[in-house]
Amino acid sequence: MNIIKGKISSISGPVVVAKGMFGAKVYDIAKVGEEELLGEIIQISGDKAIIQVYEDSYGLKPNETVVSEGKPLTIELGPGIIANIYDGVGRPLDKLKDFSGDFIKRGISIKALDRKKRWEVKSLVKKGQKISSGQIIASIKETSLIEHKIMVPYGIEGEVLEVCDGKLDVETEFISIKTSKGIKKLKLYQEWPVRTPRPFLQKLMPEKPLITGQRVIDSFFPIAKGGTAAIPGPFGSGKTVTQQSLAKWSDADVIVYIGCGERGNEMTEVLSDFPKLLDPRSNRPLMERTVLIANTSNMPVAAREASIYTGITIAEYFRDMGYDCALMADSTSRWAEAMREIGARLEEMPGEEGYPAYLGSRIAQFYERAGYVISLNNNKGSISVIGAVSPPGGDFSEPVTQNTLRLTKVFWALDSQLAYRRHFPAINWLNSYSLYVEILSSYFEKNVSKDFYKLRNEALAILQKDAELQEIVQLVGQDALPEDDKLVLFTARSIKEDLLQQSAYGEDAYCSLEKQFLMLKTIIEFNKRLKAALTKGVKISDIRNLKVVEKIARMKEAKDIKEYCKEIQALIEKEVGGLEKNKD
Amino acid sequence: MIKEYSTIKELKGPLMVVDKVEDVAYGELVQIRLGDNTLKFGQVLEVDESRAIVQLFEGSFGVDAKETRVRFLGETMKIYLSEQVLGRVFDGKGYPIDNLPKLVSKDKFDVNGFPINPYCRDHPNDFIQTGISAIDLMNTLVRGQKLPIFSAFGLPHNKLAAQIARQARVLNEKENFSVIFAAMGITNEEALFFINEFKKTGALDRSVLFLNLANNPAIERIITPRVALTTAEYLAFYHNMHVLVILTDMTNYCEALREISAARDEVPGRRGYPGYMYTDLATIYERAGRIKGKKGSITQIPILTLPDDDITHPIPDLTGYITEGQIVLSRDLHRKGIYPPIDVLPSLSRLMKNGIGEGKTDVFHLNLSDQLYASYAKGRELRDLVAVIGEESLDEVDKLYLRFAEFFEKYFLNQNLNENRDIQKTFDLAWNLISILPKSELKRIKQDYLNKYYKGFSLPEFEKKHLASASVDLESSLDFFKIDFE
Repeated sequence: MNIIKGKISSISGPVVVAKGMFGAKVYDIAKVGEEELLGEIIQISGDKAIIQVYEDSYGLKPNETVVSEGKPLTIELGPGIIANIYDGVGRPLDKLKDFSGDFIKRGISIKALDRKKRWEVKSLVKKGQKISSGQIIASIKETSLIEHKIMVPYGIEGEVLEVCDGKLDVETEFISIKTSKGIKKLKLYQEWPVRTPRPFLQKLMPEKPLITGQRVIDSFFPIAKGGTAAIPGPFGSGKTVTQQSLAKWSDADVIVYIGCGERGNEMTEVLSDFPKLLDPRSNRPLMERTVLIANTSNMPVAAREASIYTGITIAEYFRDMGYDCALMADSTSRWAEAMREIGARLEEMPGEEGYPAYLGSRIAQFYERAGYVISLNNNKGSISVIGAVSPPGGDFSEPVTQNTLRLTKVFWALDSQLAYRRHFPAINWLNSYSLYVEILSSYFEKNVSKDFYKLRNEALAILQKDAELQEIVQLVGQDALPEDDKLVLFTARSIKEDLLQQSAYGEDAYCSLEKQFLMLKTIIEFNKRLKAALTKGVKISDIRNLKVVEKIARMKEAKDIKEYCKEIQALIEKEVGGLEKNKD
Repeated sequence: MIKEYSTIKELKGPLMVVDKVEDVAYGELVQIRLGDNTLKFGQVLEVDESRAIVQLFEGSFGVDAKETRVRFLGETMKIYLSEQVLGRVFDGKGYPIDNLPKLVSKDKFDVNGFPINPYCRDHPNDFIQTGISAIDLMNTLVRGQKLPIFSAFGLPHNKLAAQIARQARVLNEKENFSVIFAAMGITNEEALFFINEFKKTGALDRSVLFLNLANNPAIERIITPRVALTTAEYLAFYHNMHVLVILTDMTNYCEALREISAARDEVPGRRGYPGYMYTDLATIYERAGRIKGKKGSITQIPILTLPDDDITHPIPDLTGYITEGQIVLSRDLHRKGIYPPIDVLPSLSRLMKNGIGEGKTDVFHLNLSDQLYASYAKGRELRDLVAVIGEESLDEVDKLYLRFAEFFEKYFLNQNLNENRDIQKTFDLAWNLISILPKSELKRIKQDYLNKYYKGFSLPEFEKKHLASASVDLESSLDFFKIDFE
């Protein structure tokens, strides 16, 4: 290995300039100063290397040594990742505690994977078998939900000479392979540079929805497995709660949750809630399929920049095994700001709002790592990326939001006005969109109901009409409207309050597709029935006091939704029919 | 042996460039001795092989290039702490200004602190009763939370902060909060208000005050919250105390940050504030919380005055993205004579749901809060509408919403400066209030709770009932005054 030793020349915040670094490569890791702080070379100028330091740089002095081992920032991929919590550069935070106590001190390097833990390894290849890159060669039951598949690292192929089974730790060389470049022995883990996307055979068009159990998402603005979505919103509009709901309830196999520059207490909440919450499909603790990356806002800014890459690399690794992964990044704005902060220290010429000119391309590179792919071992796997964006002042015209929207196919616009009313999830039904609707409609039609999309479009049309009418109401009042317009307002309110509103906590937090459909159907059919009643002289003011209105409002609480909807149907006939009779 | 330099090359605003330095560390504390032997302090902001840029806490006034001597002290800024710190008053750098001697201790702490490992944090979930209905029911404060007050000039944020400090209790616990008060650029009068307030309630003995007033050096403000929070961490995590930290006014802190950034010719972010302001503020606000296995906690109440009442200004904006909610004060409510003038709609407590519910407050708490929010928001919307189309064109239910919004402000939000409403009283009031709306409108509350608590008042019934109980409150608050006078 090519080791380069230089000396610190200057220090300014997280940016350190080292001299005597001729031969060092951009994006290689450097150990900075006597404490060996972790850093990454981000620019080279002559024999000087400009390094962003992933740890607090207080106390560094000029002339302290800087060492580069010619390796980029990598993460260990192997059994033991699931249910773990890492910082932005892949250090396990629970192990970090043993070294530095309750507070994170500097200059500590810890391996991502536990070296002591022994895994029950089941090999899947035999002596003499030919194997190639990406092929699955062994399997480990990592948690009750995840079968961890050991794959041949990229660039290695050959013939199996020897392979062993049994209880092994990650360092054990369990297989040896005869390759064209000699004999290679493989351990249970591999390393991968986080900034490089992991290879795959082919990208496919997404075809299945990521079912989230959130009515406004699944029914109205669905995301596909392998798709990308952006949730921009001002503070307090519920970005984090929505992200956490998705992490809890979506039907992905593996969840990677990145807390990028966000609150420490929120990560703690995930850490304390997820082991207790049960996955609605498997009834196992959610933690058994979750990986957390926590680089809170007060942790070093450069590591925040890296955390996004660390997270997506882990997701890609599980994708390659054939799993559907969902990655939540909360918040990509903090990641962009970290780039801006480093950019400013380098005295780069800033682009829009002080962000570096390469902001757009970095965001694009990140979202392009999502997708539904055929991996090297011919398994199909996917990564769905859901990125929160925190626009300053809630202004969606700022660069991070705009650059993100250019790439993501789903846009869930959070609205502070809805949040003020405690209408959660505060996803605005007029501004949001999903470009996957077309692709996914056949899935919904086949698996839920033929009418699903017809009803959805009807509901959206009512909401759109409602928005137009609201403007008139602002001028003349509701009383001046004709009865059928009043019905639109009435039904729109029901859609908003009885369907779209969904508490993130309690029994309503997860809503099955069947229940979503029946709720939607009930509201739209009630609307149809009322339309007919209006022609017979029934007034909206008569309808408001009907028992069935309250019964519809309580659909969310219903345990047996099928039975409940039948009751509603009967009640509608009885009450609305009664009103009609009175008018005769 | 510490070297002394006389090689000051440049002085510009709060910055000083020292030439031909050796072995200087980034972030190191700097001592500056002027010609007349006065001492000033600073911190290294940038260093290369021969030159150090130093940020002067007290500004460059009186510093010259000829007679001034500079010493680099070889360590980052640290303070000595012992339990004797309680009851003391310090300046913004942590030097005593109460004519008592310096603290004697072996324990020295770096004022910049270290980030708490997220894995070691304990989730805040103890309900704090502040005795203020708008907070306790709708924006519940939890032990270990950071909940700022977004205010503006001329609004009673100081009174509110003092009232919280005075009344804050964890139910079923006798222990009071220790209060750490960090003043940044506030006036002498405001500082005296707090000191008198603490004296009056006997809180001074369990308080520590750090005062950087309006006439003190602006750059010193950069250090003040860090010194205060280092003290808070010491008391909370070494001495198991529950600490309430009041930081006022964070706007002044951010201005100081901008001043340094401008002097360094940095690329400015929004409105001239530096691009790293988010990170910088986070290193302050994130120093709140609880740690697993430790009894103590740090609860933060930073106060911000919004420039031009603008909530989208970078200071409140970045703060809101870091803190766990915000309490927003409203000028309109203040003009109506309502105290505390909390505008509940943009206010929020993110940790609320962990501190409330069965066994903590009451099982219906979240439902009731959501319903109050939804109904009040509807009432406010209608109020705007009525301004255009007149109240006559509303239907009966909408008219009730209008009254609801009015009563909500008049009876629920509004309370006496000394009124310590316990949570039960707040609940009763809220159920009575919500009962003026028809039951079918209360979709946010579960059927079971409605069946149990919904009373179905007419408007006059509510007012009669409320005024009867309010007069009892009035008497008891008069009692408070009596004691006060004696």
